[in-house]
Parts: sequence; C-alpha cells; structure tokens
Amino acid sequence: MGKRVLLIEDEPNIIEAIRFILSRDGWSVVTHADGSTALEAIRTQAPDVIILDAMLPNRSGFEILQDIRARAETQDIPVMMLTARGQQKDRDMAERYGANRFMTKPFSNAEVLDVMRELAPI
Amino acid sequence: MIRQRSAESCKVIFTQLQKHNGFIALTMSRNALTGTRIRDQRQRLGVKQADLARRAGISASYLNLIEHNRRRIGGKLVLDLSRALGVEPSVLTEGAETALLAALQEAAADRPQARAEVDDVEDFAGRFPGWAALLMEQSARVAELQRNVEGLTDRLTHDPFLSTALHEVLSTVTAIRSSAAILADTKDIDPEWQARFLRNIRDDAHRLGHGAEALVRHLDQSEGASSAPGTPQEEFERMLEGVSYHLADLERALPVSPKALANAQPQLNSAPARQLAEAHFERYASDAAKLPLADFERALRGCAFDPARVAAAFGVPLGTVLRRWASLPAQGGARPGLVVCDGSGAITFRKPTDGFALPRFGAICPLWPLFRALTQPTVPLREVVELGERAPQRFLAYAVCEPSHPEGFDGPQVFEATMLILPEGHVPFPPGQKHPIGTGCRICPRTACAARREPSLLSEGM
Repeated sequence: MGKRVLLIEDEPNIIEAIRFILSRDGWSVVTHADGSTALEAIRTQAPDVIILDAMLPNRSGFEILQDIRARAETQDIPVMMLTARGQQKDRDMAERYGANRFMTKPFSNAEVLDVMRELAPI
Repeated sequence: MIRQRSAESCKVIFTQLQKHNGFIALTMSRNALTGTRIRDQRQRLGVKQADLARRAGISASYLNLIEHNRRRIGGKLVLDLSRALGVEPSVLTEGAETALLAALQEAAADRPQARAEVDDVEDFAGRFPGWAALLMEQSARVAELQRNVEGLTDRLTHDPFLSTALHEVLSTVTAIRSSAAILADTKDIDPEWQARFLRNIRDDAHRLGHGAEALVRHLDQSEGASSAPGTPQEEFERMLEGVSYHLADLERALPVSPKALANAQPQLNSAPARQLAEAHFERYASDAAKLPLADFERALRGCAFDPARVAAAFGVPLGTVLRRWASLPAQGGARPGLVVCDGSGAITFRKPTDGFALPRFGAICPLWPLFRALTQPTVPLREVVELGERAPQRFLAYAVCEPSHPEGFDGPQVFEATMLILPEGHVPFPPGQKHPIGTGCRICPRTACAARREPSLLSEGM
C-alpha cells in the first residue's frame, strides 16, 4: 500500500483525474468535497499529504489550513494548496498559514506528480 | 503680538470659509474642539466611554478617536452624541474654526511620520491661513481619491459573481486539461476509463461554454446601469447611456451652450467628467449644425444609406456622418454602435451595440476595420464582420481615419479613426465576404487567427 493522500476538492472531474494519475503512481487516494467537514476527514484518514482546494463549499481552504496548522495531530502534514486565483495575496496567505506548496489552476498532471513526490517521497 | 495677529488672521479665514463652504461661524474658544468638548461633557456627567458609545450607536474605539480629535464628525452623529449627553448640539460644535483645526489635526494623525507640530496647530492656522485652508482642502481631496481607488479595487477583486465565475471557468479548464493529458499520455488506459474521461471532457466543454457566456453577459451588464460609476469616463458614459446618446438640447435651432449643458447633468459629479461631456457636446453641436437632424435623415434615405454619398452631399468629412448616424434618436430594434480611437489605437469614445463588445482599454482585436483604417488615412473602409463562434453575429462596419492639424503646418499631424457599427437588420448588407473578428486575443476562441499575438484563455491547454 502506497502513501495516503487526502484530496479535498469539490470539482468531480478534477477529483477523478487527480485520483487516476496519483493511483497509477502508487498513491492511495481518499477524497473529500465539503469544507465544513474537512477537518474531521483529516482526523479519520490520517493522510501523509493533503491536497487542499482554496475555494470549497461552506468553508474556505485557507481557514481549513489555519486549523490544520493549529492542531498538534495535523500540524506536520504537508499541504499543497490549489487555487484558481494566482494572485500574489493568495500566495502570501497560503505561505503565511503554512502551506508547503501553492499551485494555480490550470496545472499539469506532471506538476502535480512532481510536487507530491517531493512532499512525501515514496 | 503674534498671538493678536494670529487671532485676526483666523477671523479672516473663518470668514472666507463661511463664505465658501457655508459653515456657520460662532464665536467660541478655538481651544475647544468637538472631540474635546464631548470628552469634557462625558467626564462631567461621569459617563463611561463605552456607555456613551453604546448609547450613540458607535464603537468605543471610534468614540475614543473622536474624543481625541482624530476623527471629524458632524450631522447625525453629533445629534446622537448630544442627545446621549443631554446637551444641545451647539454645545459640542461650533463653526468653521473647529472644522479647520480638526481637519489639520486629522491630517497630522493620518501621517504621523511627517511629524507635524500638532501642538502648534492653532498658531499655524492663524499665521498662515491660506496654507492652512489649502492643506485642509488637499487632505480632503486625498481622502476622496483614496475612497475612489478603494472602490475601483473593490470592484475588481470583490465582485462575488466574477470571482465565482472565474473560479468555475478555471476549474473546468483544469479538469479538461488533466483528462486530456491522461488520454494522450496513458498508452495502456483501460477502455472503461478512456470512455469515462472522454465523457468528462465532453461535459466540461459544455460547462466551459456556458460559463464563458455567463461571464461575458455579466461583464456586459456591469457596464450597464447596475453599479455606480467609478471613473470620470464611466460617469460620462453612464450619462450618455441615460439619454441613448441623443442630445435633443443640442438639436434645436438655438442650442444651449455645451458648457451649460454639461453643468446641468446631475449624473456628472466630478469636474473631469463634466470636461469630457463638454468636449463631446461641443463636437455634437458642431456635427448637428452641419447635418441638421431632419435633413440628415432624409439624406440617408435618399443616398440609400451610403455614408460616403451623404458626406459628399453635405460637403463634410466622412467621420462626421458616421458620428451623426450613431447619434440619431433610438427608434426601437438594434441601435448602431460607434467607436473612436486616436493614432495610438487608444479608444477615446464608445457607444456600445448589442453583441459587439467594446473594451475600454487593453489589447483589442487588430482585425477591426477601425485599426486597419489607421494604416490607410482618409481611405473609407466598409466591411461585413462576424463576431463569436458559438452564435456568430454579423455587423456592417464603416471606418475611416482622418488627419487634422490643430497647430498648423508647424504642429503635429493628429490622427483619429472612427468606426460605425450597424447590426444586422438595420440596413441591407452588401453581398460579399464576411470577415471574422474578435474582441481581443485573450478571450477569442479563434486559435487559427493570422493576427493572433497571444494565446487565448479559452483555448490554451484544451
């Protein structure tokens, strides 16, 4: 069983594509689409890496990231933020709240794979 | 001695302010600013700052700023505070001297790094009344400009629909790009997965189309009547939109003066907007004098709607006829559009027409006849153009670039291009080829365009 990644994203076809490419790369992929229950999902899944979309239903990815870093049991999990807005202030916010990487949509599959391998070497 | 002179000078500027700003000058001590008086009254009554703030409906921190003369107040808040303190409003406020001193103190508080000598503010106002009044005016102007900039920035970054729509479009593009890359790069893909990704791409392509159309609709509507204008150009355009670009006051035999008409427009709140309007009205009045409305309409019909023949009949430049045509009163149905640019291609005037987006700035499609006219000054161009790929619309465009020499032989030659845009159904279209054009490369889906200068957001990665 490969390393476990929790993909928190609400766009079904992005989920499907990322799940496919990561699974073929040996990752165990779990997905979650709702911002308000994302922390609960992180607690129960205990992933090795989190891919976190910035704009989620009910709660923003930035808020979730703040909570991830504030809690002892999750604060060390590497997080890659995804956002459709490449503005500098979003990058600054992601960095300030403790994201390990920041990726702007649209991204390439190869970029996602490279970053994931870097965040949690298999 | 200096004190005495200061007091006299103060009286002079307070009288000036009274005249210019309508302030009510009362004779009270200059030392007692409004905030200080509020604090004194509150302490005299033994009321806590937080309690008074609550009674007046403001935060304690804001009241604290007021009491330390860091924020100027007036109107309803003065009434609320005087009611909460049980005193007459005039006890808390008095005339122009307080307004001036408070404005100077606020300006100093906003820029502490300037190290203004706050303790000497009354002496400064007294010895240099003109400078003090100028500083107050400039400070108010800076505040107004800051509010304008904030408003514009806010519109760009906090439009919830725009933000959501862009997110939707970019997410869909991401899904398409990832799915397409999987299909292209995975040699041994299972047929079931292959079918699934193909289906996803098809669904996302539909979604992308709808998202892009909704975005364009929203941007079109944003330029309509919903939001408050943020720039002089927007104020001016909103005003013209309100009268459908037809100015009946300038069509009369004895028209009103352009300046008076500009000053009479209630929608034009800023001086630059009134200047823009006045310049436009002057040109409008000049065009209307050369081409009186009834004569012009008759000539258009008589010349089979050929603007070059109308120009010859009246002995005026073609550009005048194109502008005049666009200013005719609305008669239902699709209305003609007009766009004017200077020699650099910068848009200086635009009257929109449905289906033909006219960006105010930025890189516009170089295939517009307007820009081709710039390369062939004085040569009239006529072209049927087609916009859009999903639901293409045709327009008949007339364009011409005309040089002028406002400073004579020794001055520069100034170029201006004008393009009239007639929607289908407005006049019969000539037979012949139609020319595909776009709004601008970034949002144009025509990937195989010979004039493309940058990739399209709608096609890259698909």
